[in-house]
Amino acid sequence: MLTDEMKQKIQIEIDTCPSRKSACIDAMQIVQSRMGWISDDSLKDIADFLDMTIDELDGVATFYNHIYRKPVGRHIILVCESVSCWIMGFGKIRDYLSQRLGIEMGETTPDGRFTLLPVECLGACDHAPAIMIDDQLYWDLDQNKFETILENYK
Amino acid sequence: MERPLTQNIRPDWAPIELKDYERAGGYQALRKALSSMTPKELVELIKNSNLRGRGGAGFPTGVKWEAMPSGTDVVRPRYLITDADEMEPGAFKDRMLMEGDPHQLIEGMILAAFAADTELAYIFVRREYTVAARRLERAVAEAYSHNYLGNNILGSGFNLEMHVHVSAGRYICGEGTALTNALEGERAIPNHRLPRQTDSGLWGKPTLMNNVETLSNVRHIVNNGADWFKSLSRSKDGGTKIYGISGKVKNPGAWELPMGTPMREILEVHGGGMRDGVKFRGALPGGASTDFIVDEHLDTPMDFESLQKVGSRLGTGTIIVLDDQTCPVGMVHNLEEFFAQESCGWCTPCRDGLPWTAKTLKAIEEGSGEPGDLEILEFHTRFLGPGKTFCALAPGAMEPLQSALKFFREDFERHITEKRCPWR
Repeated sequence: MLTDEMKQKIQIEIDTCPSRKSACIDAMQIVQSRMGWISDDSLKDIADFLDMTIDELDGVATFYNHIYRKPVGRHIILVCESVSCWIMGFGKIRDYLSQRLGIEMGETTPDGRFTLLPVECLGACDHAPAIMIDDQLYWDLDQNKFETILENYK
Repeated sequence: MERPLTQNIRPDWAPIELKDYERAGGYQALRKALSSMTPKELVELIKNSNLRGRGGAGFPTGVKWEAMPSGTDVVRPRYLITDADEMEPGAFKDRMLMEGDPHQLIEGMILAAFAADTELAYIFVRREYTVAARRLERAVAEAYSHNYLGNNILGSGFNLEMHVHVSAGRYICGEGTALTNALEGERAIPNHRLPRQTDSGLWGKPTLMNNVETLSNVRHIVNNGADWFKSLSRSKDGGTKIYGISGKVKNPGAWELPMGTPMREILEVHGGGMRDGVKFRGALPGGASTDFIVDEHLDTPMDFESLQKVGSRLGTGTIIVLDDQTCPVGMVHNLEEFFAQESCGWCTPCRDGLPWTAKTLKAIEEGSGEPGDLEILEFHTRFLGPGKTFCALAPGAMEPLQSALKFFREDFERHITEKRCPWR
């Protein structure tokens, strides 16, 4: 079910576009910000609201890196794996996080706290290696910094 | 040395507030243009300044503006889009401009919209740039409340609406036609080059698209003139350039310097030289999709034509340095994995060729490469080169590969003959 609040927010986006379906990426981002991910039910609700078919919307949803079609944890850790971070030791950061959380890239911790995802260049190359947790960027990383950082996310 | 683009940017990139921006001369260029210039005069001014697009392709900005159809029977609405989808690995200059001085971009956009007679403007910003997006949204709201945006801007009769669109994330959205598809709520797949976007772009309407750094320059050209802008440069392309450097240098960062500053100066004076214990081996001058240059090219001016002459490109102007302790095969493997992942999948050579390239490089890097693998890679550099695909993603992906095969060939061969990575 789309809440009235979601519908209102989506409507604002629709009003800036010539057609309802043009707002579909914004609509999925609005729903995802509340629900965490886009379930099959959410997909259907959004498609109905925008006069689209489910398949048409799923084609768009699965194209973009930050529309999640599977459940994710409460916090998403994006690990930059692009070239500058790779040169500056992204591998150690990835291996440490993976071991510390007991999950591989693309997985979620059993307690639903963290999802670990690779990301293309975070645009913090002068402070590599970098990661992003939810909307917060962390850089010039080494293992010691992680314990304090992770504590901020319950 | 004058640094117009970054004059308001603080060391921590905290945003300048509207009142401080105005006190520092902000929105004076807009007032000047709206009260004393015609759109045509503004286009001429930008053409005369030799400003070239800072997003990577280097197309003359004024010529692009002039390509927007004119006359009384034009199709409406017409759109202006700022490509703020900075996803080129190694690039972080547009983030600095948007976070540190959002009004400078917005003023440049209003001027561009006035010159190109557009009534709707979008800033297309990548998902991970949340700080930039929030600051832009706030600055847009401030601009509305002071009548720099909206109807009858500053009493001139000119109207402009502006929206910030946050992308859901794909590298290909930085390609112009893919970006418009993303804004239309479609999969971001590039289209044919024709019709041009200035004739039929967003929703089939005339659309002008420029990069963040390009548009941030506009107000300074209006304030100080085309000759002043040209005089900032050490080459025939006008203005300054925000150069960046990352990799194992002592002081990675970004600096606004005269266009045409040689890489050696950026590396040694601003970047502080290589870290202790490592030596320079090569660099990608303008992001992941540019050809490697090596030691003998270090004195090349970092401008569009000079870098082209030595077989590379200025691209974004953000340098990624390869050092002697880092495996060149591993670095190219990382780059090709990126391009394979970010291919939109529309054109066969790109969709199938890039994963093949990445797998071949992975095998070589892990010591299971075979004789003939380098020929396979070379085949790809031709087969995925210019003209084989709709857009520049695959040709761009081949640039670091073809130049690595040329400059670091021995390293590739050692991986195959020794059946291991010599750096591990």
